[in-house]
Amino acid sequence: MTSHHDDKCCDGINRRHALECMIWAGTGVLWTISHGAPVSLSMLGEAKAADARSSGFTFLQISDSHIGFDKAANPHAIDTLKEAIAKVHALPVKPAFMIHTGDITHLSRADQFDTADQIIGGAGFDVHYVPGEHDVIDDGNGRAYLDRYGKRTKGAGWFSFDQNGVHFVGLVNVVNLRAAGLGNLGSDQLAWLADDLKGVSSSTPVVVFAHIPLWTIYPEWGWGTDDAAQALAMLKRFGSVTVLNGHIHQIMQKVEGNVTFHTALSTAFPQPAPGTASAPGPMTVPPGQLRGLLGITDVAVTKGKAELAIIDSTLAT
Amino acid sequence: MRPHLFSSPQLVTACLTAACIVFGLPTAIPGPARAEDPPHVKIENFVFTPATLTVKAGTTVTFENDDDIPHLVVATDNSFRSKALDTGDTYAFTFTKPGDFPYYCGIHPHMQGKITVTQ
Repeated sequence: MTSHHDDKCCDGINRRHALECMIWAGTGVLWTISHGAPVSLSMLGEAKAADARSSGFTFLQISDSHIGFDKAANPHAIDTLKEAIAKVHALPVKPAFMIHTGDITHLSRADQFDTADQIIGGAGFDVHYVPGEHDVIDDGNGRAYLDRYGKRTKGAGWFSFDQNGVHFVGLVNVVNLRAAGLGNLGSDQLAWLADDLKGVSSSTPVVVFAHIPLWTIYPEWGWGTDDAAQALAMLKRFGSVTVLNGHIHQIMQKVEGNVTFHTALSTAFPQPAPGTASAPGPMTVPPGQLRGLLGITDVAVTKGKAELAIIDSTLAT
Repeated sequence: MRPHLFSSPQLVTACLTAACIVFGLPTAIPGPARAEDPPHVKIENFVFTPATLTVKAGTTVTFENDDDIPHLVVATDNSFRSKALDTGDTYAFTFTKPGDFPYYCGIHPHMQGKITVTQ
């Protein structure tokens, strides 16, 4: 596991060198496809717009908007989601689409989904959703989510699509969780994935996204997926695989072979780093620090390589 | 007038607690349980407290979520399942059959507890 949570972006790095600093807005991550590998790109900085234009294709990830959350860690989760969307609108390069990696709502309530739809859908982008565990706790155990977002999906809401030569797979690992277990994909979804990938050539870049991390970050807090190894085995033959997750409300990254794992920040509230608190619940910080923790994260990318290196900084800096 | 020392509820509680220790009954609970308290499991900091609770058949146990995050109480054998409990919400279930009833949180399954029901 690799994370660099206290590093400052670009300190000591010559921007003209091969390492290129790219800025993440913590409330969303803009991705571009470069040399066949997705790399993150500045949401705020004009400096990176040229890169996006040359690739001609970007997409944006937001996560964990938790509409309905109003506790001390952020009584205004609606406002911070609006701020995130405002940043998307302000992008110098319009993303081709957005992905939302789950926990759209806090309690799976219809009014919460409605509010999220108005804010996120109002941005005018195609949005591909996967559910978080907070999106499937309605009385129908996920029915409310599927009725709204499941029209072109299988099972509990998994799907794939192709865009500009990249194969995207949205997976669901938040249903049918077992006692003492972690996230769960399940045999039906794994069988579907095997079939889905059959027709995809090994040279095709693959982006897999799901709510709970597909690598084990901290099992004591449930931060991992029990049967992810079976999915990752199917992805071994691909030259470039990028796995994007949410759930842990902080950025972490690991690179393993051709696979880059990455977790996004929340738009709602921060959570503690693994093991630094007694529980993984919402972390309350002084008001002036909240947006800093939802803030900007920087990513250093070595061009032409599938690997991303992450250097985090905050919006407050 | 103050109650006589030897009839004070505190002393009775202390004696009961001592008896629990002597007879090896579950004492893994935060502070002394008072006999008049209805059986209650608190959910706080992603932990069920007490983690194990022994009740007689026919007892209603109330689960209360004190976290800022919702939780679900789900029996491992699916014999009971709460709705999503938001902050301050409670769920009550009456245990009629003797036996061990392990349970977990339906969305944070590393959270586990057990109700033991005696005749």
